Amino acid sequence: MRYLPLTPDDRKAMLDTVGVSSIEDLFADVPEAARLDGPVNLPRRATELEVERAFTRMAKKNLSAGEAPFFVGAGAYKHHVPATVDHLIQRSEFLTSYTPYQPEISQGTLQTLFEFQTQVAALTGLPVANASMYDGSTSCAEAVLMACRITKRSKAVLSGNLHPHYAAATHTLAKYMDIETVSQGAKPGALDDLIGSIDDDTACVVVQTPDVFGQLHDLEAISKAAHEKGALVIAVFTEVVSLGLVKSPGEMGADIVVGEGQSLGVGLQFGGPYVGLFACRDDRNFIRNMPGRLAGETVDADGRRGFVLTLSTREQHIRRDKATSNICTNSGLMALAWTIHMTLLGQAGLSKLARLNHEAACELADRLSAIGGVELVTGSFFNEFTLRLPTGAAKVVDQLAAKGVLAGVPASRLYGEGKGVDDLLIVAATETNTPADFDAFETALKEIL
Amino acid sequence: MAMNSQGRPSKPLHTFDAGAYTDTFSGSRGLDQAEPLIFERGRFDNTGVDLPEPKGTKTRLDGLERSGELGLPGLSEPEAMRHYVRLSRKNYAIDLGLYPLGSCTMKHNPRLNEKLARLPGFIDIHPLQPHSTVQGAYELIGELAHWLMTLTNTPAVAMSPKAGAHGELCGMMAIRAALDARGEKNRRRVLVPESAHGTNPATAVQCGFTVDEIPADEGGRVDMEAFKAKLGDDVAGIMLTNPNTCGLFERDIREIADLIHEAGGYFYCDGANFNAIVGRVRPGDLGIDAMHINLHKTFSTPHGGGGPGSGPTVFSEALAPYAPVPYVKTDGEGWTMVEHEDEARADGGDPFGRMVAFHGNMGMFTRALSYMMSHGSDGLKQAAEDAVLNANYILARLKQVMTPAFEGTCMHEALFDDRFLKDTGVSTLDFAKAMIDEGYHPMTMYFPLVVHGAMLIEPTETESKAGLDRFCDTLEALAEAAKAGETERFTNAPVHAPAKRLDETKAARSPVLRWTPAEDTPQAAE
Repeated sequence: MRYLPLTPDDRKAMLDTVGVSSIEDLFADVPEAARLDGPVNLPRRATELEVERAFTRMAKKNLSAGEAPFFVGAGAYKHHVPATVDHLIQRSEFLTSYTPYQPEISQGTLQTLFEFQTQVAALTGLPVANASMYDGSTSCAEAVLMACRITKRSKAVLSGNLHPHYAAATHTLAKYMDIETVSQGAKPGALDDLIGSIDDDTACVVVQTPDVFGQLHDLEAISKAAHEKGALVIAVFTEVVSLGLVKSPGEMGADIVVGEGQSLGVGLQFGGPYVGLFACRDDRNFIRNMPGRLAGETVDADGRRGFVLTLSTREQHIRRDKATSNICTNSGLMALAWTIHMTLLGQAGLSKLARLNHEAACELADRLSAIGGVELVTGSFFNEFTLRLPTGAAKVVDQLAAKGVLAGVPASRLYGEGKGVDDLLIVAATETNTPADFDAFETALKEIL
Repeated sequence: MAMNSQGRPSKPLHTFDAGAYTDTFSGSRGLDQAEPLIFERGRFDNTGVDLPEPKGTKTRLDGLERSGELGLPGLSEPEAMRHYVRLSRKNYAIDLGLYPLGSCTMKHNPRLNEKLARLPGFIDIHPLQPHSTVQGAYELIGELAHWLMTLTNTPAVAMSPKAGAHGELCGMMAIRAALDARGEKNRRRVLVPESAHGTNPATAVQCGFTVDEIPADEGGRVDMEAFKAKLGDDVAGIMLTNPNTCGLFERDIREIADLIHEAGGYFYCDGANFNAIVGRVRPGDLGIDAMHINLHKTFSTPHGGGGPGSGPTVFSEALAPYAPVPYVKTDGEGWTMVEHEDEARADGGDPFGRMVAFHGNMGMFTRALSYMMSHGSDGLKQAAEDAVLNANYILARLKQVMTPAFEGTCMHEALFDDRFLKDTGVSTLDFAKAMIDEGYHPMTMYFPLVVHGAMLIEPTETESKAGLDRFCDTLEALAEAAKAGETERFTNAPVHAPAKRLDETKAARSPVLRWTPAEDTPQAAE
């Protein structure tokens, strides 16, 4: 077997050193009844070529984003990633290193995490960021738990326009902690009445901007109202590129900002691994209650600057059942990809990229909403908007797919059929779309409707 | 403090006693080059990505346009390349040498896995594309699920958990949902052995349970009398790691399973150490109700400096209905994905909910399946045997100079305590740091907590005998040096590393968690 270096002679010599006659002796503690007599019913080993063939066969059954005019978003976005990013994250020293618990020989990972934290803080408009979470949805759920710990309250008000998967992940994580999640249901194109739902038991208000339908929201009024009641505002985003063009949630009064970083460096990957971004106010109580890992600056024995994982007394490996979360792994390699892409862009590149995305979406929205019977639901948006179609959106998407256009996400795919959103289609445009893509979408949609 | 042009201190704050230290003008140490933060280059108007000019047409941002600078520098491509390549050189990695981390399982990461995960048909597809356009992806998930269920002999698996600890949450939430379905609100106590990972108690609490620790017996296994005494009608279940974190197989596992079931509770098994028994023992045959599988540990997906992981969770018949959405299913012809709870209920299930936005870490599924198919059923069994043999070889070779924590053989990791360092002035930490100077990543230290000054060594199956011999020779020599009174070699270590020993206390006392321009950060400039 190509990955196993021991030879039969090695094994024999080693068993002699251990002082047992066979490998069976080393498994003597396994109960008799649980020992397998023969091999499990799975294929025997395959050569590298055979494995490649099997994978290529399965991969060919999928229509990849690069093969079709592509407008699918709703939480994951197709962007161009510079070649440098994938090259660098495949360097052995990044790819095959462990969590940086031994800082003297992990400065590469630790310094990049420190840079990552600084970049996330700048984008979100809040001063403290952690070293990444699994993804945006779990960041959202953890932020609600954090807000409940800080305020010692147990009710979370969720906007109905929060991505339904984020709302579901939050509800799942909160329910066994006896945290109540309240939501009014979707209001495409508007901000639901969150202020009216805030009371003295409310720990936090969770609002997404741009929301799941693409609509942008000014958070200042909701922040003011929440703070008056002693509640925190958690701002969520699923498209990090938007922060290159729109006002940061921190600037609009959010106390915790969480979101998905997939757009930079990470790629679609059929849903994961992604990278959760998480930032909060520079407040001891906030930092102490923050989930996940933090890299911090210090000095070594020579007085030279270095970086370590820090404030770990919040974490499960120290605090066990009193920990802020059970999170052990973060999304280290994806955070690295994110930070490399962000470093290549810089603020100049990011704001240009954001503007290109916005302009693409504006143009596409104009063209599609000019088609008879199609209505643009979202008044303001970044690179994603929602159309109301004269017929069920799920069927239209399937028909468009048959014509080779991956047109977007029917809202019913997220909320379920018959939930009042069956005629809504969520469409994303990015810098990767060409004029020919727009033409193909417009032509195909006209033919179907 | 004097700083050089790259923002690093140009002189040490105080002289180090080791004598090995030589100062340089640039802050570099030969090929180990000093590397400033990207922010210290101050290239705020630069970029390393060529993009077309925006048209400058009117926006639909409703007045929410950002104003002011972000404060994020951009590096040109060559600058960025050097920055990250230089930083990478300050990392240890499994491709550089042995990572004897017990419980973390740092094995070879085949590049075939990386190649296959990057096929456009896998890496460039969207989780919400029409089902008809991602049949191959669903097939791959279904195939991996089949391997996991077969290797564990369980009837169901949830693929969506994003990491081992997330998989624990998945398993314990299913237990909570099953208890709720039974209407048993009194069952809120979870038994967790002292030697458990910190994630286990933290997970139990996140599911609304309280934690009751079970002590270990003198042999390092669950104290059966203490366990029996804790059973009662308020027990929700037990969380057990097997093989356990002392590197031992829990011999009484069948009895533990029977007793917890008789008491009305469920059996969660932490699958962190599944790699020791894969292909030889099926956890389903041991009576478990749920177990997560760390794909990165058992099936070689790379650690990446701390993630991403992936933690599919298998279930017994009793818990299978409560598995979360989404999941894939096939009618034999094509595949689809069940994404909503009401769909799952119509399917006969009763899911506890959804854990994550999409359907798990597909990028890790491809890598794990590539590894599994490469080994096959025969190779996986051989891998488990070699992992166990390698650990026992280390235990046998080092037991004369270091002190094994327990008598007898071990599973895939060898546990030592610090008795051999008694009166030497050298601690487990010092010993570990001295290993760095010898070119090795330290072993796991001070874990499990049940052993004083623990050193947990896991070689994995991908180390050769010659490599293990060199490692054992080095540890023997270090142990002898400690006993011979060469204390400074340990307390000053590491000397031959990109950084000397780092002040972790300072980092925690006055936290600096991001770069800020010098004038705003008196604490950073002290």
